[in-house]
Amino acid sequence: MKLSTYNFLTSMAIKGVKVGYPLKLTINKKEVVETEFNATFVERLLPKLDWSAIYSAAQVVELTDDIPAVQPENIAENEQLMQKLHHLLFEIDVLDGQLECPETGRVFPITDGIPNMLLNEDEV
Amino acid sequence: MSRRPEHSAPPEIFYNEDEAKKYSQNSRIIEIQVEMAERALELLALPDDDETRLILDIGCGSGLSGSVLEDADHMWIGVDISKAMLDIAVEREVAGDVILGDMGEGMPFKPGTFDGAISISALQWLCNADKTSHNPHKRLLKFFTTLFSCLTRTARAVFQFYPENSDQIEMVTSQAMKAGFYGGLVVDYPNSTKAKKYYLVLMTGGAAPLPQALGSAEEERRVNYIKKRDACREARGKAPKKSRDWILAKKERRRRQGLETRPDTKYTARKRSGRF
Ligand SMILES: C[S@@+](CC[C@H](N)C(=O)[O-])C[C@H]1O[C@@H](n2cnc3c(N)ncnc32)[C@H](O)[C@@H]1O
Repeated sequence: MKLSTYNFLTSMAIKGVKVGYPLKLTINKKEVVETEFNATFVERLLPKLDWSAIYSAAQVVELTDDIPAVQPENIAENEQLMQKLHHLLFEIDVLDGQLECPETGRVFPITDGIPNMLLNEDEV
Repeated sequence: MSRRPEHSAPPEIFYNEDEAKKYSQNSRIIEIQVEMAERALELLALPDDDETRLILDIGCGSGLSGSVLEDADHMWIGVDISKAMLDIAVEREVAGDVILGDMGEGMPFKPGTFDGAISISALQWLCNADKTSHNPHKRLLKFFTTLFSCLTRTARAVFQFYPENSDQIEMVTSQAMKAGFYGGLVVDYPNSTKAKKYYLVLMTGGAAPLPQALGSAEEERRVNYIKKRDACREARGKAPKKSRDWILAKKERRRRQGLETRPDTKYTARKRSGRF
């Protein structure tokens, strides 16, 4: 699971959960995969990013030197930051870890790079 | 015994390791899935600007449909209930991220995430009750409501599926409309038992005309369409920009996506003299 996907995932589907976002991310094993930088795509993604989720992901992977805690203005004009965002969002692949619902503490495991978002019958 | 896989076992059981492997290696299956995914992508009618979009692939399986999105330079995220299918997707190193999830429990994404969604050969599975706790109407509504929310307000969702009968079509479309979608069914090659394909085309941003079905008239026109379609494909890679062929291909593409397009005439793409 890439961290761009992490930015979009919620536990809203659990019965009774209101927002279910951001999920608490824990990483046991990750991999860095180089991918081509697509500036316009990252730019189009900017309005869809939740900076607090992005920053907490940066904390987990220890990239807080690259990613500022507060969303800067005019990111798209800052080529260097765009590259760093690209790296954070698309080049870090979580192979093993977990996502935790902020409201219920329910844990969704990530195994073989695949987050398991399946619910139990009594959670639907 | 029924020949429909969705009657034989729940999807996460039916698509076990064996079946997932067989499915993903069968060249005939690959060919069909890819062709349907190409048509679904076309029906999504994304803006014709060569930009990369974020697309959701629902019931993505081992990533056959996703490969079509990749070839078109789009990013995708897939959801599927079969771990065996997803393991093959990861093994094949597809570019998309895949998530283990059940459509009927809702799409686990925040509002406004995707620029479009496709689903190839998966929706009919949702019409069955696999557990005593399953109510297909409720699961469909939950699915469509959460899908509507995680799409942008210009996005479409296109489902190729195998409805069992007209009641199922009615059940699926009525739940989709209840969730706020506009749109309806596009049936390609309705007169051919083999080539006939159902596409449910859903829109978030208000009512728009449905795209034209392929081969809706007599056989001859169908052949014609296929020819035109090949011409379009060729044009995508070959015809120089702004040439007559390029413009014709682009207009044909727009027509097939159901967008308003001026008719082709002998004046199309004619060099303007610069004078009025
Ligand atoms: C015929 S395969 C198609 C896979 C892929 N779209 C393709 O074109 O190759 C149908 C897929 O739908 C998935 N599926 C069935 N019911 C599902 C559900 N309730 N939630 C998520 N996926 C489901 C199955 O696991 C299977 O991978």
